[in-house]
Amino acid sequence: MLKKLLVANRGEIAVRIIRAAQDLEIATVAVYSAADAESLHVQLADEAVNIGPPAAKKSYLNVEALLKAARDTGCDSVHPGYGFLAENAAFSDAVTGAGLVFVGPSGDAIRMMGDKVSARSAAAAAGVPVVPGSTGRVEGLGAGRHVLTETGFPVMIKAAAGGGGRGIRIANSLAEFEQAFPQAEAEALAAFGDGGLYIEKVIGKARHIEVQVLADGSDAIHCYERECSLQRRRQKVWEEAPSRALSDRLREELCASAVALAKAVKYSGAGTVEYLYDDEADRFYFIEMNTRIQVEHPVTEAITGIDLVAEMLRIAGGEKLRIRQGDVSVKGHAIEVRLNAEDPAKEFAPFPGQVAELRIPGGPGVRFDSMLYQGYQVPPFYDSLLAKLIVHAETRDAAIARLIRALNELKIGGLKTTKPLFLALAADPAVRAGDVHTRWLEGWLIENAAALAG
Amino acid sequence: MAQILSPLPGTFYRSASPDQPPYKADGDAVSAGDVIGLIEVMKSFHEVRAETAGTNIRFIADNEDPIMAGAPIADLD
Repeated sequence: MLKKLLVANRGEIAVRIIRAAQDLEIATVAVYSAADAESLHVQLADEAVNIGPPAAKKSYLNVEALLKAARDTGCDSVHPGYGFLAENAAFSDAVTGAGLVFVGPSGDAIRMMGDKVSARSAAAAAGVPVVPGSTGRVEGLGAGRHVLTETGFPVMIKAAAGGGGRGIRIANSLAEFEQAFPQAEAEALAAFGDGGLYIEKVIGKARHIEVQVLADGSDAIHCYERECSLQRRRQKVWEEAPSRALSDRLREELCASAVALAKAVKYSGAGTVEYLYDDEADRFYFIEMNTRIQVEHPVTEAITGIDLVAEMLRIAGGEKLRIRQGDVSVKGHAIEVRLNAEDPAKEFAPFPGQVAELRIPGGPGVRFDSMLYQGYQVPPFYDSLLAKLIVHAETRDAAIARLIRALNELKIGGLKTTKPLFLALAADPAVRAGDVHTRWLEGWLIENAAALAG
Repeated sequence: MAQILSPLPGTFYRSASPDQPPYKADGDAVSAGDVIGLIEVMKSFHEVRAETAGTNIRFIADNEDPIMAGAPIADLD
């Protein structure tokens, strides 16, 4: 078991990790920037080290300062949390190279999953369905036509050297494809100096569904799925577990594929395999694997009763997986909403400031993960996540009712937060019916801008 | 003499990205509405514009300085 842990993060996740470590009687060392000296994670940890000025790259992203803090305080391990250096392969290597335990996967595993092409190959090799398309570059129109027999229409023709939405054409028929392919080739050559193309099926309306895995380097289990289809600018705002879109048969298939991938890459720690799920085709496709604990992990903890962060610490301490797959079962339904310091009435403008008043919701089935306290000054230098409200109930309908109850109990005075967004979403018929997809919220926000401003 | 004050708390940047030149160099003339810097607040970026025209801008805030709302960014003649 680990003896002393450096928590290389801030905010609510630093608080979460400190709590898990203290439950396991592991001593904790917080790190903080000059802007975070009064933070809750600093108050709760056994020790705290100032690692630099407010700018993240001089503090929370400063590998040398973090390693020095770990050495100076006699830590044997480092937990990276999420964001900052959590998926930085070089950081994992540096921690290990300094003779410390990195609470997460090896640098090589992070590297393999961080590269989209190698991750897609690893998934395909493990038998995980990937978005149908070419296996790498397509050499000429004839080869392209052959790929179409697997994908159907519509398809995207993408420049191998493109990115950020550039160099993409969509074809809805063979005629369009035959016209677009040579044009795309010429364009790619002109724009990127490389005419290489690849082909991917267009997944229209899809849900974002992800599977939580736990692994110890040889064995792996899943802790079922989360659905995170409600997103704004590709940021999840509302997450739940389980997904009501999946049949039991497909759920088992999906979760088994995530375990197969984790085993194939000899994964260690907690990870998440992300998929798109196409309701109409009733099929799922691998997108990527996140090699860290995720913001939305508490919904999985709520329905399975597993403390994921504690399990991460046990695995990092050298223990084998304690939980067998047969012991993991789903109880009820959980929803998490992200309370950000943003003003939904003003296009989600950031709203740092002082917490003048704080009333935290409680009672059965309510969890509030946060770094807030009354009088806390929210600094402007980091992300806007203030708190995660997690509710758990027997059914999804009961969880939504509990969410509304808990949101009404919650009061964060002095700041604008995303609370009004969640009250509006919880009352929306499409959300209540679970009839959403990853681009649904963007449209809803345009239609409901007036209501949010009021 | 006039001062340009920070409209927001956050991190001040003198250029649009690290590999680009500053919006304004010390000594430059400024027209009303010119962008003179960026403030990063909670990972979102906001342009800082001069409200009035002036000459000989002199920056008080350095690139990447943490800055409070209302704090002076630059002097103008």
